[in-house]
Amino acid sequence: MENAKRHDGVLQRQGDSANDTSSRTPNDMILLRFHRPRPPVDQDSSSRRQFVIRSLSGIGSAWLTLHWPAILAARDHAHAAAQADAQVALQFLSPEQAIEIEAAAAQIIPSDETPGAREARVVYFIDRALVTFEGDKQPAYTRGLKDLENRTKSLFPQAGKFSSLSRVQQVQLLETIEMTEFFELLRVHTIIGFLARPEYGGNHGEVGWKLIGFENKGVYSPPFGYYDTETVKGK
Amino acid sequence: MTRFETATPVDFVVIGAGAAGGVVAKELSTAGFKVVVLEQGPYLRAEDFEHDELKKKRIWSPPYIGQDVLTNDHSLQPNTFRKTAKDKAVLAPAVQYGRCVGGGSVHFTANYWRFHEIDFIERSRWGPIEGTGFADWPITYADLEPYYTKAEWDLGISGLAGASPFDPPRSKPYPLPPLPVKSSGVLMDRGAQKLGWHSFPAPLAILSQPYRGREACHHCGYCIFFGCEWGAKSSTLASVIPMAEETGRCEVRTGCYVRKISTDKGGRVDGAVYFDSQRQEQFQKAKAVVLCANGAETPRLLLLSKSNLFPDGLANSNGLVGKYLMFDCDSGASGIFEHSLNEYKSVVVTRVIHDFYDSDPKRGFYGGGGMDARLEAYPVEYALFSMPPGTPKWGAGFKRSLQEHYNRQLMILTHLTTLPLESNTITLDPEVKDAWGLPAMRVTYKNHPDDLKNMAFFSDRALELLDAAGAQKKWAIEPQESTASVHLMGTCRMGNDPKTSVVDKYHRAHDVPNLFIVDGSSFVTSGRNQPTCTIQALAYRASDYIARMAKSGVIG
Repeated sequence: MENAKRHDGVLQRQGDSANDTSSRTPNDMILLRFHRPRPPVDQDSSSRRQFVIRSLSGIGSAWLTLHWPAILAARDHAHAAAQADAQVALQFLSPEQAIEIEAAAAQIIPSDETPGAREARVVYFIDRALVTFEGDKQPAYTRGLKDLENRTKSLFPQAGKFSSLSRVQQVQLLETIEMTEFFELLRVHTIIGFLARPEYGGNHGEVGWKLIGFENKGVYSPPFGYYDTETVKGK
Repeated sequence: MTRFETATPVDFVVIGAGAAGGVVAKELSTAGFKVVVLEQGPYLRAEDFEHDELKKKRIWSPPYIGQDVLTNDHSLQPNTFRKTAKDKAVLAPAVQYGRCVGGGSVHFTANYWRFHEIDFIERSRWGPIEGTGFADWPITYADLEPYYTKAEWDLGISGLAGASPFDPPRSKPYPLPPLPVKSSGVLMDRGAQKLGWHSFPAPLAILSQPYRGREACHHCGYCIFFGCEWGAKSSTLASVIPMAEETGRCEVRTGCYVRKISTDKGGRVDGAVYFDSQRQEQFQKAKAVVLCANGAETPRLLLLSKSNLFPDGLANSNGLVGKYLMFDCDSGASGIFEHSLNEYKSVVVTRVIHDFYDSDPKRGFYGGGGMDARLEAYPVEYALFSMPPGTPKWGAGFKRSLQEHYNRQLMILTHLTTLPLESNTITLDPEVKDAWGLPAMRVTYKNHPDDLKNMAFFSDRALELLDAAGAQKKWAIEPQESTASVHLMGTCRMGNDPKTSVVDKYHRAHDVPNLFIVDGSSFVTSGRNQPTCTIQALAYRASDYIARMAKSGVIG
């Protein structure tokens, strides 16, 4: 595996280690993925945006009008590019817990012909949410994970861990907790992590948006959809 | 930037820099008066308006992330709610309003419907409705028409005059052509045509073309519950407030939470007591006060402004302040269509139908309304709250539905009449306090049965329209009693009789000669629950009379 030195001097693995084909067990590979070095301080979208706008404040508004769509597009592209490289360290979940959460999230939005919660890196969204705007939900996760483990052991004594169950078994187990507060929390967080702005840590590569056909271009021109296009053509 | 001393009386203190307050500030300052606008929220700029769904908050969705900067924060300003005076009020967010310079005009859909002639005289036309405060307005459509026109041209409204056969007469066309039609609008046209109804381009407070130095809409789609970084949405923030500030006679002072309108020994108002952004108490002196704090905060502030002379609250000698609160009434239906609509792009609505605007005795109840077509759901919100009924909540079926339906779904949303009931009120909660230690707002609200019958009637019309437009699948939004609202109307109703109204037809408080109240609270009836256009026309009209009175020395 190739290491490269980042501009900030932090050693960083290239590529996604989940795709790494070295001789590790699947769980080891996931663990590895959750042991990434901490990133430099996250530049949040608003400060970046403010920077773009402020740095342009000396420029005439006519120029801005003409170029603003392109500026916006460039900014969004820069975001996406930054996101693609982002290496995220876990801040609340332990690597072992992250594996369990990721496995459960992957049943809420499964991966099939199209990416699911796993590819969207929803678990990173959840981890970050739990140390920021959803900080008060930490105990619910700790308890929920414990409960998940206990139920796994009582239903499937051989398995030990939820993540090592088969897909069918995982669904079967989640159905037993479907009505719990923890599952609802996990479901809501998984959905948000799948479809919110990638800056929050999930929706990696905008896979959630791509799935539903949300372009996120920031600026559009008519016609917008099938029926208005049809009407324009009809004229 | 203009700054006034608090100790030197300005001509006017305007409380609230929203849809009404922004207009009043501009009109009075351009007429030559010195104006201080006190706004509790922040002064937001283009860079504050982010395309981030997680930063928007809607009162009827569980708050799944921190507070949005655009609207009131219930953790700071809690309200309690109960259905009737017999019930114990409990903490439950019931009102949502814009809390920033520009107020609700910053984040609203931008539907900009004039009232029709009938809206002002419906009580005479329909007759009394027992147990309600159903009444005519003290003004007519003709009185307000010049000010609707002024609002449309001053703020920048896009639309097509004469496109609706139900439109009231107008003295001038819209200053800007309609926004380009979306797929929802095309489907609405098709359905309406089949049914013999009349869809027309939505009048919107959004610029379809550059106007008076402002940008045209770029169709970004982050519109309802977002602020427009282009300034294309014709909020007072983007349009008239800069004009007010340019006069050099208007100071917009933000972070100022007014706790009392102060009165002198003679029973006249002499300024406003407020907490500044550091929560230090200040007193801005003024020769007159214009209260524009919205249909919920306006009555609350009047009730908070008790004094020896006004023991039941200011302007409340008849006990009507806070009564006849009118909430949103809406209903509708959603449907799935064969092809992609991409409703997430551009403005929220592009077509409107007013065929059932008027009430009709044949329906067996009072009520009317209008309808539009929209999805109004960003990705997260859609996945959590708006998917077709019966969709699995998780797993492969959930994912498939998300993939298949997000871009093919739309909703016919109907905007309906609300009957004014004396028992629907804003009062002060006897126990709960806000973050400043002031009594919290208590909301008491229960719909009149006709409101619910009207919702059901309109859900059926929405289903009919979806059917005619070719929906593959459709479902109604079931009528529900209102427990929360973003449109806040009727708590300081206007009228000629001081016994049955709070302000006169010029928005002057019957009890206080130099206090004016101009916002949704002035409404006598609800119109069809798209109040912003009329709130602003009233603000232009009120300002005109206030300026005249001030110049002729009537105010003092």
